[in-house]
Amino acid sequence: MSVATFKKGVHPPYNKLYSSNKEIQQIPQPDEIIIPLQQHIGAPLEPVVKRKDQVKRGQLLADTDSFVAAPVHASLAGEVTAVEKVPSSQGGRVLAVRIKPGEDQEEELAETPGGELEEVSPDEIRQAVRQAGIAGMGGAMFPTHVKLVVPEGKNIDHLIINGAECEPYLTVDHRIMLERSEQIVDGLRYLMKATGAEKGLIGIEDNKPDALKAMKSAAAEFDNIEVRATETKYPQGGEKMLIKALLGRDVPVGGLPLDIGVVVNNVATAAAVTAAVRKGRPLIDRPLTVTGEGVNNPGNFEVPLGTPVGDVIKAAGGFAGEPGKVILGGPMMGQAQASLDVPVVKGTSGILVLPRSQLEKYSPAPCINCARCVDVCPMYLVPTRLEKLAQQEKLDKLEEYQVMNCIECGSCSYICPAQRPLVHYIRVGKAAVTARNKSEQGGS
Amino acid sequence: MQSQELVVTSSPHLRERTSVAEIMWTVNFSLVPVMLAASYIFGLRALAIIAVGIISCALTEYIFLRARNKEVTLSDGSAVVTGILLALTMPPTIPLWVVAIAAVVAISLGKQVFGGLGNNPFNPALIGRAFVTAAYPVLITTWTFDGQTAATPLNLKMMEGEITPYWNLFIGNIPGSLGETSAFLILLGAALLIYKGYLNWRIPAGMLSTVFLLTWLMGQDPVFHLLAGSLLLGAFYYATDMVTTPVTTRGRWIFGVGVGIFVVIIRLWGGYPEGVMYSILLMNMTVPLINRFTRPRSLGEVK
Repeated sequence: MSVATFKKGVHPPYNKLYSSNKEIQQIPQPDEIIIPLQQHIGAPLEPVVKRKDQVKRGQLLADTDSFVAAPVHASLAGEVTAVEKVPSSQGGRVLAVRIKPGEDQEEELAETPGGELEEVSPDEIRQAVRQAGIAGMGGAMFPTHVKLVVPEGKNIDHLIINGAECEPYLTVDHRIMLERSEQIVDGLRYLMKATGAEKGLIGIEDNKPDALKAMKSAAAEFDNIEVRATETKYPQGGEKMLIKALLGRDVPVGGLPLDIGVVVNNVATAAAVTAAVRKGRPLIDRPLTVTGEGVNNPGNFEVPLGTPVGDVIKAAGGFAGEPGKVILGGPMMGQAQASLDVPVVKGTSGILVLPRSQLEKYSPAPCINCARCVDVCPMYLVPTRLEKLAQQEKLDKLEEYQVMNCIECGSCSYICPAQRPLVHYIRVGKAAVTARNKSEQGGS
Repeated sequence: MQSQELVVTSSPHLRERTSVAEIMWTVNFSLVPVMLAASYIFGLRALAIIAVGIISCALTEYIFLRARNKEVTLSDGSAVVTGILLALTMPPTIPLWVVAIAAVVAISLGKQVFGGLGNNPFNPALIGRAFVTAAYPVLITTWTFDGQTAATPLNLKMMEGEITPYWNLFIGNIPGSLGETSAFLILLGAALLIYKGYLNWRIPAGMLSTVFLLTWLMGQDPVFHLLAGSLLLGAFYYATDMVTTPVTTRGRWIFGVGVGIFVVIIRLWGGYPEGVMYSILLMNMTVPLINRFTRPRSLGEVK
């Protein structure tokens, strides 16, 4: 059987065995939860609760009239202790609602326009998804309902569910596919109905044969849904790579998958969509992987959003030895954290702890033009050149060399024998180009 | 929990283990068979030449790095690569002091004046070799075999029209520079580098196929041209120097084909019987331009 794939990419050690056979477990109730109001790409939210308010589990905490936004809800019932700025896992500080959970965990599900697939209209699905506050759970945190609006003149023919999980160490998507296969398939069918897509595709890396099997059997009764194995190669789970692998289509530079008739959603997102539309359940918990050589009992856990990272690590048996890095996400694209107080958010797919003993100090050597970065870049960029252009702040050249098309997968830095922080400088270059273009637009 | 001590760096947090030093030392290792063959064919003098090449290159690199207040990075193996590659271009009778001069020029003018490793536009070993070719034209073209003065296969062909048997060319039973004797051992070393991913096959493929095709079209013996002189060694070890060759896939093809064209022009119509060195140096000059005009089309980019 042929295995779908894209060109280039890298093969990091996958290290998934620490947690891939561990069922998703609940964690003990944390002493405090911190719900950042910005857990999505888009407009900021206005809080609708204040200090000393009693909130129920699932109650709306903040929303906005803007369309491109995902509201947030209380993930545990309790008392609001503060609405204040807290350190964000993305860097900087964000407005957040602090809640002290009580003993009585009463759940309040919203009145949503949802229901079974046959009963709901595409518009009702979008509304239910928005009300539930679903944002891309693969990590991007783009509001899901926005993706489900097909602009005038566009046509969506394929809805892709991303089960590639190419990030090393992470196994949560794998577990969701095993334990909640039907929920994912149902989510896919809701998403297909919302977008009018005729065909559903589920792409899974071939290092998860049991997940492939489970999903195939869950999708067996639907002729318009196909489960396909993709090559185990990083970054197979990148949206553009997955589309290339499954459909052979290129997302245009600066464009979106919907420009080529495709919408992609992560498996966890699809499962959340089912819960939202069928039961009116907002996105208040998410499964994630806690793993790495730096935790005692790696595993997969269902965590209320807003739970401090430190509490989740405790649930996984705490640190094994002295922790060196605590990373939200996987080792290739995840963000290292300075504090264990940052909360789990909608896009947190994993907590990776690397022990101090495992950290290496990198001292970049001069670039020798070996072009390994060019050979692995899945976006066909020239990272070595982009790095130099970013250092020299040559913004026009950076744009000419398509710096904005970089997906920041980190394959270039991973492969560089001179240990140069290529993707780091490329990010700096992208930010500089974005800032310049913004100010030019504003000025003219 | 001691959260203030957590290390924060930007992603990725995983790195592949290959280092520049590993690449360089693997290149050195892959040349061991060629060096042993040289000492077998030409005697221990060949080893002395190689030793002088390595030591002089390393010493020059050390002095320059110290003078520039830079970290001494001899352990990266790049100066040793230059030393070996330089020595392999030398005839077995070359006086050792000429080798030393070539090495000083290679590292100083060929590499350090441009800012050291990674910054030099030309292959340093070939800069050293080009210098002594100009400065000591007689010493650098005096060839011996079995203790007798002898003409190289390319010389024989140029002067007498005589073609050396392929088998002798292949196993290296011929007069020539230290490294240009055995085609077999060169291919053996190159195979290791290609397997490890440290040698891009497109450059030698472009170069060799061009030479084969052009000499054949010109009514010459293409197999002889492939096996004779420093073509194979040049194609696999000098034209593939990472620092001085293009980074793009199309660029590597263009570079290889370009070197091949120059080799044929020099061999057939030039004053020298061999042209690999100058061909590579000439194409080295075009690398920035090649890189610029062969920028790959990014995924989803419409021209």
